Amino acid sequence: MTEIEFLGWVRGTGFQLATVIFIAGVIIRLVEIVMLGRKANLAEPGGSEMRSGLRTIISRMIPDKSTFQRSSFTIVSGYIFHIGLFICIFLFAPHILVFKDITGLSWPSLPTPVVDAVTVVTIISLGSIMLHRYQNCVLKFLTNTEDILVWIVTLLPLVTGYIAFHRIGSSAPGLIALHILSVEILLVVFPFTKLMHTFTIFLSRWYNGAISGFRGVES
Amino acid sequence: MSASVEKGINALKGQIDSTVATFFSSCVHCGMCADACLFYTETGCPTRTPIYKAEPLRRIWKSEFTLMGRIGKLLGLTKPVDEACFSRWEKMVYDSCTLCGRCSMVCPAGIDIALLIHKTREGLAAAGHAPQGLIDATRRSVETGGPMGVKLPALLAQIRHVEKDTGLKIPLDVVNADYMLLLSSMEIINFPEFIEAIAKIFNKAKLSWTISTESYEATNSGIQIGVSDIAAELVQRIVDAAEKLQVKTVISPECGHAYMAIRWDGPNLTGKPFNFKVRHILEVLDELRLKGQLKINKKDSRRLTYHDPCQISRRGGVIDQPRHLINLFAENFVEMPDAGKMNWCCGAGGGVSANERADDLRLKVFQRKKDQLDKVKPDAIISACSNCRIHLEDGLEEYNMDIPLMSLTETLAEYLED
Repeated sequence: MTEIEFLGWVRGTGFQLATVIFIAGVIIRLVEIVMLGRKANLAEPGGSEMRSGLRTIISRMIPDKSTFQRSSFTIVSGYIFHIGLFICIFLFAPHILVFKDITGLSWPSLPTPVVDAVTVVTIISLGSIMLHRYQNCVLKFLTNTEDILVWIVTLLPLVTGYIAFHRIGSSAPGLIALHILSVEILLVVFPFTKLMHTFTIFLSRWYNGAISGFRGVES
Repeated sequence: MSASVEKGINALKGQIDSTVATFFSSCVHCGMCADACLFYTETGCPTRTPIYKAEPLRRIWKSEFTLMGRIGKLLGLTKPVDEACFSRWEKMVYDSCTLCGRCSMVCPAGIDIALLIHKTREGLAAAGHAPQGLIDATRRSVETGGPMGVKLPALLAQIRHVEKDTGLKIPLDVVNADYMLLLSSMEIINFPEFIEAIAKIFNKAKLSWTISTESYEATNSGIQIGVSDIAAELVQRIVDAAEKLQVKTVISPECGHAYMAIRWDGPNLTGKPFNFKVRHILEVLDELRLKGQLKINKKDSRRLTYHDPCQISRRGGVIDQPRHLINLFAENFVEMPDAGKMNWCCGAGGGVSANERADDLRLKVFQRKKDQLDKVKPDAIISACSNCRIHLEDGLEEYNMDIPLMSLTETLAEYLED
């Protein structure tokens, strides 16, 4: 297979396969969760589940002072790489063209040098997160194969994207093909790992807020 | 597979619903729950990371309730829940967790970790892996009506003492009373001053109230050990008494988990809504304050602070009321850092105090409370849970801290206008 054929495959069949697995996987996982259902609470409510649930979806983004002091590295690095990922994925002009191709929707991009710098920062933050994982006794204890796998498949598109953009070491079609392939790996792994928190975190925070809110506590 | 392991696994399966599945799907192993838990912060032991305590439940969810887990199970790739697993998790779930729920407030993914740990207890208890102290307390609750084995004659004797000391009549089994008061065994045996305080305050406020001689125990060991059948049976006794006396409101006393059991879990355990209200004593007292029925004639100029019992405050929603009440008499009230819904547990809730095996650990993690107290250096501590109170006294003694501890209800009664 030549570089061009490889690029053709990742852009065609490969991309379709990955997208189908991603969408079907996410739907299966969400249906699997929601179908379990939850019993209605029979106690006399002390507050609104809905309002508190919605509130917690937002409020859980901001830790209280003492939590921030205790877990500052996790919080700051977590913020940096999540925002970084968002910018790299959704605000890079060539990516927006891909989204436009698929969905017909388009939005303004950030200047390329900005995205380039953000990519470097995101890669560094992900690197430091892995170092922290092995330096902190709790994180070292909790870390399993899935955590490492997820870290690798999240990091790869950033690294391959950066290399492809700067054309380091090889010709453009091969590098772009590798970048797209890395994204496809991410898409395939996504529904079956903790990457699912991208979707379930909203439901999870809602439940947390609803459970507390029912008892009249803002969580 | 042994019968007990199978029972444990089935109990865990029975705990899984969409909240559990959402919570486990959302964990990213960030470790922030450890920093929120006094059992980790005071011991530095990573196996005490809150989310890890719910691992048996996670394994069952993963292998039985997810597509990938089921495939993994067929291929023999999933981690088993077996005798060794139950045995290993027993101390993590019962000795190193008070179900205080601080982790649930901190988790950036919004996981209610305390709920997951409580559900994990259901599996461990069914598999025969609950601590002996809690098993005994639960057995006594079922057989005698209370975890300490306190029977009606003991209550009646204390009531006679209170009546003699106060000259007030304690109304027993009054049909159609507005309020039916529950008590914890600890109050009956160790703190009868609580009954005295209630008698004084309610008498002044001319409240229509009663105590049922058929069901007066508020605590619920079934909740603590994690056996919902027993928890439901204990709640049902209260429901039966309240319905028999046709009271409008049942009052939960100064006890954290009792409030959780009867106010929030109760109807869900018995399977039908109550036809009476449930209020914590602090809520009732605050209503009296709002009606102007608490006339205070003395002020306390000492530096006072309030320890929020987790199940009343963070898990129960009674946060502002104690502060309004304290401000009636306190001239110099100070809050500890993290007070209110983020308060640190005393270290002995959730059945830990009934589990002798955990005695050293609960005193060790009291250092967290000591740190909080050292920051504000109060002259006296006020709280509203007799379990917290017993343990706080233990902890203060252990760390040579000479700070008096007071019940909010009792203190209010003392400062009431004659």
